[in-house]
Amino acid sequence: MPYSYTIQQHVYSFPDLKSVLAKASPFRTGDALAGLAAESNMERVAAQFVLSEIALKDFLNETIIPYEKDEVTRLIMDTHDAVAFQEISGFTVGDLRNWLLSHEVDSQKLTQISKALTSEMVAAVSKLMRNQDLISVAQKCEVITQFRNTIGKKGHLSVRLQPNHPTDDLRGIAASIVDGLLYGSGDAVIGINPVTDSVDIVGDQLKMMDEIRQRFDIPTQICVLSHLTTSLELLNKVPVDLVFQSIGGTEKTNASFGINLSMLKEAYDGALQLNRGTLGNNLMYFETGQGSSLSANAHWGVDQQTCEARAYAVARHFNPLLVNSVVGFIGPEYLYDGKQITRAGLEDHFCGKLMGLPMGMDVCYTNHAEADQDDMDNLLTLLGVAGCNFIMGVPGSDDVMLNYQSTSFHDALYVRKVLNKRPAPEFETWLHNMGILDDTGNRLAVEPSHRLLKNL
Amino acid sequence: MKEKLSKPIIKDPWENLKEFTNARIALGSAGNAIPLKEVLQFKFAHAHSKDAITTELDMETLATEIQAWGYPIWEVKSQASDRLEYLKRPDLGRKLDPESEMMLKKSNKSLDIIFVLADGLSAGAVNQNALPLLQLLLPQLQGYSIGFVTATMARVALGDAIGSVLNAKFVALFIGERPGLSSPESMGIYTTYAPKMGLTDERRNCISNIHKNGLDHLQAASLVGYLIRQSFAKKISGVNIKINLKDLLED
Repeated sequence: MPYSYTIQQHVYSFPDLKSVLAKASPFRTGDALAGLAAESNMERVAAQFVLSEIALKDFLNETIIPYEKDEVTRLIMDTHDAVAFQEISGFTVGDLRNWLLSHEVDSQKLTQISKALTSEMVAAVSKLMRNQDLISVAQKCEVITQFRNTIGKKGHLSVRLQPNHPTDDLRGIAASIVDGLLYGSGDAVIGINPVTDSVDIVGDQLKMMDEIRQRFDIPTQICVLSHLTTSLELLNKVPVDLVFQSIGGTEKTNASFGINLSMLKEAYDGALQLNRGTLGNNLMYFETGQGSSLSANAHWGVDQQTCEARAYAVARHFNPLLVNSVVGFIGPEYLYDGKQITRAGLEDHFCGKLMGLPMGMDVCYTNHAEADQDDMDNLLTLLGVAGCNFIMGVPGSDDVMLNYQSTSFHDALYVRKVLNKRPAPEFETWLHNMGILDDTGNRLAVEPSHRLLKNL
Repeated sequence: MKEKLSKPIIKDPWENLKEFTNARIALGSAGNAIPLKEVLQFKFAHAHSKDAITTELDMETLATEIQAWGYPIWEVKSQASDRLEYLKRPDLGRKLDPESEMMLKKSNKSLDIIFVLADGLSAGAVNQNALPLLQLLLPQLQGYSIGFVTATMARVALGDAIGSVLNAKFVALFIGERPGLSSPESMGIYTTYAPKMGLTDERRNCISNIHKNGLDHLQAASLVGYLIRQSFAKKISGVNIKINLKDLLED
């Protein structure tokens, strides 16, 4: 359906819903690369005016990627909660923005309506929100998940300990794990990105991490972020706590990752049967990121932020323990600089949370983007305020395997300290018992004789 | 009784673990922060990496050496005209410049394997690693007909475009990876069986992190050799080929 808006006798026309969404997006290089961005600042605001007046109901009548041709569209439409939607069915996108910000809408209300909101509605409303709006509403959401500990409670911030090594050397990985644990990181997961996605290497990494976890009785989970098919091969052979997969917001994007919804279901069901969680059974771990659909030539003319929100519909179908966008990893052709990365990070966190996901963030950048540590400090602090479930912990911010910069173990201590956040409760108790943190969250002096430093 | 941390800089008593990794572990702390000396070293490494992006392929040395080995070599570029356009327009970096395409089309050789040496985001990585790795790999490849292409302003998928224009059965693209702080000169290798335009990542195998602190040339050469044999035996590449270390050792 075509839309138009007139400002000062100038008529701005948009052929369909997806073009309104694309042109209403705050500027980023990826949408320009795709030829979808607004051609002027005026056109962008005109698109935002138009978008603010579109009824939420219209999103149920006009698909932006054909239902017949895309299984993600089918998933979004077929799992829409029509009952919960009744309360907001008379809203426009603009009404939704104002309503989300109102004081009556609290955590409980946001949880109730999360499945009434489709990816496209959530993406749409985010485009009408300033950074402070994205933070305000996200902060009201509370999404708690459990496997061996409890992640996402208000006032808590967890860390994925990311001990990557450029040659998958087990001792090198173990050294980074010990470093991270002694800095209070690792409650979201201890998760390795392998250099080589082979069953032997991944299997050995899982066995090594499980041994550390059991030896020190650490209330956390382990994961190697290998391809889903590798995890499936390993399910009954080595300790697989979580199943990881990168996902995108269109069927074709997922095909470019070598997966589809039925493969995700097979892996999810398989891992559930292992019954390894002690407190809960959230066991999927997904990573996403704006730009993956364009990168795979699989975006159907849909802007990158809307594609990203569609990936969250895939994620929420499998009750994940952890979901994070790897926001600055993709490079400057999608998110050019610190400003664009910051905006995208806040959008992704907000959209994920509103859709009911246990949203974390890889606050990161590559060396070919116009960004540096100061930009990361800003985004980390903003996401901390927004109530982000977890961040990454990489030794000294420098991932020596993936060649990018993320947040460090020190950064995690910083953000917990300035925002008065604590680790996952079970993990916090463990940190106290191990003499790593005191009651106020400060690190204690570690002696060379510390248990974690012995017998490695 | 444990003492609270009180001195400005607290050292971490596990510096011995640095022996096992080049990750920035045991940095110590000043409050919750990283000590200044480490902060400045990090900034220096970041500056080095930013500068690596603008290095260029050493075409002359590469071509001279490869010709001396007796292989044909072509020189091509993508449609990206400069570094800024290259960074913002990866679509152009995946397409052959029309003149380059014309030149390749004139070839009537039908080759089994094309090695593409591409600048990517760190040409220095390819300058440093490509030739020593090839010296170890090429003796494993008796019986295959082989050609070489150097490619500038290149993205990974340019390899498929080159392979398909040359009608090659298999392409292995050596490319400079995004420079990391600890490895501003890191090379990756992407392999495709039956290359054609428009293939996506799941059809490629990847070996990354070839640099002085990462995979060494011997390890990388044996992995590439393994992928070549697997791809030619199964007539496929990508996620359907699983690297099985036991096979690799027996191979």
